Amino acid sequence: MVTLETYRGQIPAWCPGCGNFAILKAFKDMLVELQLEPHQITVVSGIGQAAKLPHYTRCNTFNGLHGRALPVATGIRLANHAMPVIVTTGDGDCYGEGGNHLLAAIRRNINVKLFVHNNQIYGLTKGQPSPTTSEGTKAKNVPSGVISEQFNPMALAVAIDCGFAARAFAADTEHLKGLMKEAMNHQGFALIDILQPCVTFNKVNTYEWYRERVYHVEPEYNPEDRLAAFSKSLEWGDRIPIGVIYRNSRPAFEERVPMIAAGPLVHQGFNSSRIEETLKEFY
Amino acid sequence: MGMDYSIKIGGEAGQGIQTIGDALGRVFTRSGYHVFSHQDYESRIRGGHNFYQIRISDQPLTASRNKIDILVALDQESITSHEHELTSNGRIIYDASTLKLKNEGPAFLEIAFEKLAMEQGGDKIMANTVATGAVFGMLGMGLDIFLELIADTFKNKGDQIVLANKKAAQAGYEYARQHCDKCVFAVAIDEIKQRMLVGGIESIALGALASGCKFYSAYPMTPSTGIMNYLASKEEEFGVIVEQAEDEIAAINMALGASYAGVRAMTGTSGGGFALMVEGLSLAGMTETPIVIAMGQRPGPATGFPTRTEQGDLEFLVSAGHGEFPRVIFAPGTPQQAFYLTNKAFDIAEKYQIPVFILFDTYLADSQWTFDSFDLGPLRYHDYRLRGDTFKKQHHYKRYAFSDSGISPLAVPGDAGHVVVVDSDEHDEEGHPVEDAAARIRMVEKRLFKKLPLIKGEIAPPELYGDHEAHVILTGWGSTYGVMKEVVDELGKTMSIAMLHFSEVYPLPDLARFDYVAFLQKAKLSLCIEHNATGQFGRILRAETGFMFKARIHKYDGRPFTVEELIGEIHGHLGNI
Repeated sequence: MVTLETYRGQIPAWCPGCGNFAILKAFKDMLVELQLEPHQITVVSGIGQAAKLPHYTRCNTFNGLHGRALPVATGIRLANHAMPVIVTTGDGDCYGEGGNHLLAAIRRNINVKLFVHNNQIYGLTKGQPSPTTSEGTKAKNVPSGVISEQFNPMALAVAIDCGFAARAFAADTEHLKGLMKEAMNHQGFALIDILQPCVTFNKVNTYEWYRERVYHVEPEYNPEDRLAAFSKSLEWGDRIPIGVIYRNSRPAFEERVPMIAAGPLVHQGFNSSRIEETLKEFY
Repeated sequence: MGMDYSIKIGGEAGQGIQTIGDALGRVFTRSGYHVFSHQDYESRIRGGHNFYQIRISDQPLTASRNKIDILVALDQESITSHEHELTSNGRIIYDASTLKLKNEGPAFLEIAFEKLAMEQGGDKIMANTVATGAVFGMLGMGLDIFLELIADTFKNKGDQIVLANKKAAQAGYEYARQHCDKCVFAVAIDEIKQRMLVGGIESIALGALASGCKFYSAYPMTPSTGIMNYLASKEEEFGVIVEQAEDEIAAINMALGASYAGVRAMTGTSGGGFALMVEGLSLAGMTETPIVIAMGQRPGPATGFPTRTEQGDLEFLVSAGHGEFPRVIFAPGTPQQAFYLTNKAFDIAEKYQIPVFILFDTYLADSQWTFDSFDLGPLRYHDYRLRGDTFKKQHHYKRYAFSDSGISPLAVPGDAGHVVVVDSDEHDEEGHPVEDAAARIRMVEKRLFKKLPLIKGEIAPPELYGDHEAHVILTGWGSTYGVMKEVVDELGKTMSIAMLHFSEVYPLPDLARFDYVAFLQKAKLSLCIEHNATGQFGRILRAETGFMFKARIHKYDGRPFTVEELIGEIHGHLGNI
């Protein structure tokens, strides 16, 4: 029986009050509800505060390089598609350093669950702007304010036909947990952009700021309507929708790779004698 | 040496030079000759000037010669550039209608490739078949083996195409036999022995397949792309996944992910792409994740000469990656060495949980050699991973458990109730980040110092060829093997000379097994031969052993040495003895 105790990890080194605590709670609750054991999942992460999450619970872990979690996760899935693979990452790690991999992962529709802790700031390096920092925000290294436009992950996801794209708010933990479960059950790539207050470096996008703005998408909203989803994805500012913004039923990449139709690559044996036939082609 | 002929096919990119060259190589091999071929091409899909050079003999061959006996000129540039390379009996065949120019002189034999192709009910495209047939006619060979090859090559295109090509080959063959009255080539051979004709790039891919490689991720880049293409052609047969990554950073990280998940994984690239992979290399070092990296050198810096050859990245590989961690670099000198060293790379990478390189170059990638066979007996395959029931029986599991050898159990995540945790941060035995000094020291000792002597023990000594008491020693690594060997054969007739070749290049082989430094010190003239500008191997040898070569021969024009060229360079140094 999997309980919360099963998922007890190291003591987090996050700042008190950090939005990551709520995300960690939702994450563990989700795993308990799905009754997955720690050895039955793999969590891949890169660098940043979000990337530390796997150490604060128990699971197979690949804590690699800044921005590079998605290609590692892709390699793991192709080698063993019986293993659920989750990436925990942040706005800097995923939308900044790892941008190209995000595009490729969405296009492949690799069956990886991508949970982005989006605090709209760089925490680990102490307060520089991230791709999701709003235009005009001043920082130590940008004293006159951010010039680049704020990156909109939901709009990108709809634009390039992401299998599953949702937005959540860390403090709405029950809702987040529900979305995580939906993402886990989706047969393909799933992105959850999780709005996460940074109590130390982001003095603009506070708990209060988000609470005043976020709302659950209407029950009649149809996330499978791509044009409606694109409109929804553009909502930001006074009202910020949370919930499943877009989903489709594209087959996952793994389902289309003939070499693993019969079972995971990692469980396939190796017969060295086959090479003898191959060498004959060179005579 | 008995017969020894070189044939050069020159023309623009897109004219089918490679098709002619490949067909000639295959037919010569099946006819019982030893073959060596290399290619020279520009970084373009159409136009420019490219050539394919094939040498045939009744004796084993390992390099190209300067002189050519038959020039198949598909454009006028081939004549302008290569006419002077002809031997005194050499002949040039060309189609005046394509070149829009008639060339006069005793060496020229005009053959209307296109017209003959059309007359045989074929298409203009079959002009190359006419030209290929003509070469066999000039050499006085039979045509049956070529006709069989045509039937085989075009069988999927229907009987009509096969027949038209056969007739085109016959037309070229007959024309050459009737009109090449001054041809004095004699290619008699006593017995036809079955041999394989194989290139460096396929040999690396074959080595991977023979080692249980299950995953290859790469981004296309000359000269490594052929590995990806060949493995992809065998995907379903061998159950290997080939994934074209979005960039080289993804390529190495994907391969590391697959390796972590429990399969043998590989990536391949060239210098520029490898520059992007370097952080991932360091990640392999820190997480102790096995990986094989095929690194194909071409002249740099930056884009350099995209399609040409150099040995300019040895020092880059030796020191690539931030931080300190063990690695192994193999630099095969022949396709056969590439096959076995790729196999050894997979074995060592997994045994010691380290990155292992196959360092090659464009020259080795593209040159084709004949071999009697690749004996499968010496291939190694041992699964070092902790998986399945063996993993299930473990009461505890720590990914980085300390051990006398420094090697910790490499388990397959998911196979048992334990978690497998790896981290790019400095970590404890379980794989979680740590900050304390004592843990850091123990982990560096485990990862680096304990493994290093064991790894060094795996490295074979350099190959010594020629006079074991040599006065002159040619030293090299990687693709210079063949040309150095032929030079030793040639100069060895009149002088005391040997070759010392390093195919397992780093860490340097242990002197306890063969004191090659003492051997070099005894020579009157020790020469280090490298396809780079600054003598990278010479510098590494000096840094690690103190030995300094008396003289160095460096070539950095992007072209490989021919036998004559290297002999000329060596002669320049003989006065220093």
